[in-house]
Amino acid sequence: MLKATIISGEDSIMFSKKNLSRRVFNAGAAAMAAGAASGLGFNIARAQGAALKVGVVLPRSGPQGKIGQACQQGVDLAVPVLRELGYPAIEQMQVDTETNVQRARAVTEKAIQDGAKLIIGAFDSGATTAIAQVCEQRGVPLVINIAAAPPITEQGYKFVFRNFPTAIRIVQDALALQKEIFAMTGKAPKKGVLLHVNDTFGESVKGGILALFGGANMPYPLPAPIAYDPNARDLSAEVAVAKASGADIVWTVSRLNDSMLLTREMVKQRFEPMAIVSSGPGFYEDQYLKTLGKVADHVISCVPTYDPNKPMTKKLRALAKTMFPDVNIDTNHVYSFEAMLIAADAYKRAGSDNAVALADALRKTDIKDHSSVGDGIRFDAKGQNMTLGLAAVQNRGGKLLVVAPKAAAEDKVIFPVPGWRARG
Amino acid sequence: MPLDAVVNILVSGLLTGLVFGLSALGLSAIFGVTRIVNFAHGEMMVLGMYLALVIFKWTGIAPLVAVPIVGAVLFCVGYALQASLVNRILTAPEHMQFLLLAAVAIILIALLFIVFGPNAQNVALESAYDSFEIGFLIVDAHRVYAGVGALIVSGLLFAFFRFHPLGKAIRACADNLRGAEIVGLDVRHLFALTFGIGAACIGAAGCIILMLVDVHPHLAPSYTLLAFIVVIVGGMGSLSGALVAGALIGMSEALAGLLLQPSLKSVFSFALLILVLLLRPQGLLGVKAR
Repeated sequence: MLKATIISGEDSIMFSKKNLSRRVFNAGAAAMAAGAASGLGFNIARAQGAALKVGVVLPRSGPQGKIGQACQQGVDLAVPVLRELGYPAIEQMQVDTETNVQRARAVTEKAIQDGAKLIIGAFDSGATTAIAQVCEQRGVPLVINIAAAPPITEQGYKFVFRNFPTAIRIVQDALALQKEIFAMTGKAPKKGVLLHVNDTFGESVKGGILALFGGANMPYPLPAPIAYDPNARDLSAEVAVAKASGADIVWTVSRLNDSMLLTREMVKQRFEPMAIVSSGPGFYEDQYLKTLGKVADHVISCVPTYDPNKPMTKKLRALAKTMFPDVNIDTNHVYSFEAMLIAADAYKRAGSDNAVALADALRKTDIKDHSSVGDGIRFDAKGQNMTLGLAAVQNRGGKLLVVAPKAAAEDKVIFPVPGWRARG
Repeated sequence: MPLDAVVNILVSGLLTGLVFGLSALGLSAIFGVTRIVNFAHGEMMVLGMYLALVIFKWTGIAPLVAVPIVGAVLFCVGYALQASLVNRILTAPEHMQFLLLAAVAIILIALLFIVFGPNAQNVALESAYDSFEIGFLIVDAHRVYAGVGALIVSGLLFAFFRFHPLGKAIRACADNLRGAEIVGLDVRHLFALTFGIGAACIGAAGCIILMLVDVHPHLAPSYTLLAFIVVIVGGMGSLSGALVAGALIGMSEALAGLLLQPSLKSVFSFALLILVLLLRPQGLLGVKAR
């Protein structure tokens, strides 16, 4: 008697030759053929023991390529840490969005077809919005490593989980950190200017700033923001407008290439504000620090990042020294690492790679030993971790130092910053 | 808006626009003589940028000084491309010509990805942060070098077409192809020379613009599009038109960024394109087709 079993951890389907009629067999075969032809693949759930197949969707090439590669380093850092902590293995499927929203959607579809049971990604808010729709439609859990646009977790999605602050939280904390820095140094700017990318992330943060700035009682006014294309080749006009505004503090919401363009133009146009304060990626990235050298010093990034005092951060830093000796770990590493930690933790508790079981386990996540600023990793009913916070990180001699909040500070903040020529 | 900011931006836009103009000169020269639209334009420009980068990293020679070397290499590439491929489809339908050069573009970009990877790279020159201060005018030194370099290369190209016997022969082909064949000119060789010269211009523009922009393979399509806008605004096949339109687009983009909203810069150049197509379809300095 033929007896086949497909085990899915919690439930199993069994049939025997005795009950199998030709009609049933033909119908089943036709259904299988149709499924294969439509590219749906088979969502066979595996009991634990096998590695969890995770699609790691990142911008590995294009304008955000370097950032995607930094995120991948965070994912790679997770492998030995998870092994040491006794979590089950994760099989990575590395996927490239090419810094393109449509491409992100297509490659995520493909990763799911190819058997990904959980998706991690995708750094950029636009790409993440697109892949969140795909994951929800296909019923595959998505653990967002980095993406701040608030609507992503406001859609009532059941399979989307974000361990990253929303744009509103980023702005709230950035305002508080700026005020803390002004209070610590006894110096405050008289006029500000906001330069921001006009992509999904940039528009979300700008929206938050415009909504909250008025009620934040800041010491400086912030006139109309200056928007620009994140793929711009030339930002001389933008910097000229910022300089002409008479601002003495520059608040930026940027990406990587544009952060370098902005800095170069500010040096060339001899625009010397009290500081550049960033609320986005770019200014703390390794490529920024290495490419611009001393000019990169003293920029302050108020961003979601690691808490230097947490044991997990110390572990990650020590590990990074051996795995990536020339790299400073930053937001990209930490949150990508934590996305892997969340996935492995959920898989361990779910006992299966069944999508519903994984999503249920993700909803019940409660991780206390982690690296980012905040009080653990827990998700609310919307799939958002509301406990996360920000820190102010200042570039110093090619390294990143947390300078605020005071409780997490590694060193005193330098503000106002020295002039461009005084940095060598 | 303070006057000094407006003047600073206009000068900066003019200098950048001259480089756009030089790049478009290559496209215009090739089209003006061979009637072939080079869809691999941006890819060839990025190739020029990478060659300048490699020369800088290996020898320390600055991109501006490397212009003759890169120009010579791109000349050979362009000559070989026309002689071996494009000459074979001169009489083929236009869509076949388009597909051939689009295929060349795809192959070139794939090769650049394989060799150099996807990340942005730049030349770390000591003068990277220098600027000239003349009264209230503060101009980026690299932009000045780039603008002057573009003018010199453009001047050499104009002089070649005006005074050199080969330049005159190429112009004869452009004016009257049948006549040129009847008087015994080797039209296919001249076409290949033209493609080579156009490619050399593109390579020179790539070298020069490397001082202003980090290079990565994804840049290529945007440069193709920009060159098309410049050439159409200036007039298809008009060399002086390309240079003038480049400068005009550079300045208008900069001014739009200053007076309207920086994110509207590229919208402004497309609006200019539409305006020219509606009001003067032959382009600013182009000749009306008879």
